[in-house]
Amino acid sequence: MTGGQNGATAATASNHDIPRLTALHGLMARIRAFERAAETGQSRGLVLGAVHLSIGQEAVAAGVCAQLRRDDLLLSTHRGHGHTLAKGADARAMMLELLGKAGGTSDGRGGSMHIADFSVGMLGANGVVSANIPIAVGAAQAIRLKGSDQVVACLFGDGAINRGPFMEGLNWAKVFNLPVLFVCEDNGWSATTRTSTLTAGEGAAARARSMDVTAIEIDGNDLVAVDEATREAVARLRAGEGPILIHARTYRLLGHTASDPAGYRPAGEAEERWSGDPMRRNRALLEAAGVPAAELDALEQAATDEMTAALDAAEAAPWAPAALALEDVQDAGAPARFWTREG
Amino acid sequence: MADITYLEAGRLALAEEMDRDPLVWALGEDLGRGGVFKQYDGLQARFGANRIVDTPISESTIMGAAVGAAMSGTRPVVEMRFSDFALCAVDELVNQAAKARYMFGGQTRVPLVVREPIGMWRSSAAQHSQSLEAWYAHIPGLVVTVPATPADNYALLKAAIRSDDPVVHMEHKNLWALSGPAAESDAPAEFGRGVVRRAGADITLVTWSATVWTALDAAAALGVEGINVEVIDLRTLWPWDRELVLESVSRTRRALVVHEAVQAGGFGAEIAATIAEELHHRLEGPVRRLGAPRAPVPYAPPMESELKITAGDVCKAVKVALGR
Ligand SMILES: Cc1ncc(C[n+]2csc(CCOP(=O)(O)OP(=O)(O)O)c2C)c(N)n1
Repeated sequence: MTGGQNGATAATASNHDIPRLTALHGLMARIRAFERAAETGQSRGLVLGAVHLSIGQEAVAAGVCAQLRRDDLLLSTHRGHGHTLAKGADARAMMLELLGKAGGTSDGRGGSMHIADFSVGMLGANGVVSANIPIAVGAAQAIRLKGSDQVVACLFGDGAINRGPFMEGLNWAKVFNLPVLFVCEDNGWSATTRTSTLTAGEGAAARARSMDVTAIEIDGNDLVAVDEATREAVARLRAGEGPILIHARTYRLLGHTASDPAGYRPAGEAEERWSGDPMRRNRALLEAAGVPAAELDALEQAATDEMTAALDAAEAAPWAPAALALEDVQDAGAPARFWTREG
Repeated sequence: MADITYLEAGRLALAEEMDRDPLVWALGEDLGRGGVFKQYDGLQARFGANRIVDTPISESTIMGAAVGAAMSGTRPVVEMRFSDFALCAVDELVNQAAKARYMFGGQTRVPLVVREPIGMWRSSAAQHSQSLEAWYAHIPGLVVTVPATPADNYALLKAAIRSDDPVVHMEHKNLWALSGPAAESDAPAEFGRGVVRRAGADITLVTWSATVWTALDAAAALGVEGINVEVIDLRTLWPWDRELVLESVSRTRRALVVHEAVQAGGFGAEIAATIAEELHHRLEGPVRRLGAPRAPVPYAPPMESELKITAGDVCKAVKVALGR
């Protein structure tokens, strides 16, 4: 694996595909700006329910999803805005969904925790920790049955590896040799508890290896490392080599949800971790490689403008119609009101 | 018309659907060997190990994988061996399969069938005998089928496989060997259509699955005494045939719901409440229910029998309802 584990230097930067990393920087900026807008939206009472932000984890989303084709499939978690954007979903429709407005990706029936865009192969965020893993395995089984060369990426947190579906799903993917890229986005926390205090052994990679699943450990805040590890892994998956797990260590810079001040963290921890912010690191790499700061400023500003406009547009949009509450439940035995409001 | 067993009817339905549609496949433990009850006998040899898939003992992943595979354009048939084991996969069925279409705003469908055999069967005791159909009927998004005859098992399983929504197909273990007329055509059944198995004027007995046969035995015995019982087999619990039940009860003016499952919180309560709400002025007595006591299913035959609804129990309940 190439790529700076400890931040980039000018010497290594010149080895990289700078235009690609610049584009990915723009993608990370869009993810961050989307989430900052969502945070603003929540503080103003526009975005409802629990909103889990991935600020500080953008390199995993951008580096993994940008290596996928549009027809590859993606399964995500409650912290899934970044993954969904990186897979190519429309930011405006996503913001409409977060506000429960008409035109949202799921017509206002899902919200942040169930963000999904099937048109780009994003088969859903999931409100149940670990539940996306068996679903990903089944999506890969469908790919096998249909004889296509698509792959499935499944992202989950470090807390998710302590539920049974993680063990079941990895075992299954291995015994059936399925093209699933498991990505453990290890941000150090399971809600408000440090995951290391809850997990026996060395964690995701070690558990994967115990089942003979190839595991790659990377610095998840290093965009280059994520990008390159994923490129290699996806190539191997497409070649039929069976499942691979990427254990990407990153850090959740904010609280568990947008309304969580994270007072349980030791003083200074987050401040220190901001220095490893993947946006900042990648920017340093790009500047060292000669990308003008003004160009990067423009990228970041464009992202902020785009997402501010998305929030404003969503605020102005009408609610998703109430009548949709009874649609898309099921065909046979679909719900009816048992009394009428008028009656 | 040639007779067929309930078990063969299910196997035939699956095989015909697999022939018709290459995206229909089945997964579960020991399917290559025919499944625990031999419902899959010969199918792996015919369709290959990629379509009759032997899975690890991983119920969460059997069901969860089926959800992912269904969302990705295939039609999985999930085998859970016993409805009891399906409890290891409740999140996957209730939170994932039943919710995906809705919470993703209609962007996806989950055309999966889960076969969950129910019922008391040969001293199988507390963890292999439950009838949990009411749980699934309670969950928006799921269809629940409970066939009592070979022809219905065939036609309902076909309908379940063709359904674009998830279906819990509950076969009764005591009916596997039941032989009866094959279906009249290869058409799938329509969900939500019950059938009058025996016409009568004095009381409507509503039931499903193996209890249909108990009810018919009771009706025959009561007939000898001059009590005319109408027996309705619901065939599907969600949707359920309200119209048929309400039409019948509005004629007979008395109703008894009978099921093998625990009476408390059972689906009989839903039917009884519906009848009471819709027809209470026409009823000549309270709607009654007859179901199992709220106890786990025991092992020893005398105790197991104690929990089982017999034709004698049904006769007694009918007489109480009629004030005789
Ligand atoms: C099965 C289940 N149990 C508990 C929860 C509540 N919960 C939501 S997120 C979370 C922490 C998950 O930690 P991790 O998997 O590391 O993901 P992260 O939030 O760090 O991204 C918990 C406990 C849940 N959603 N699902």
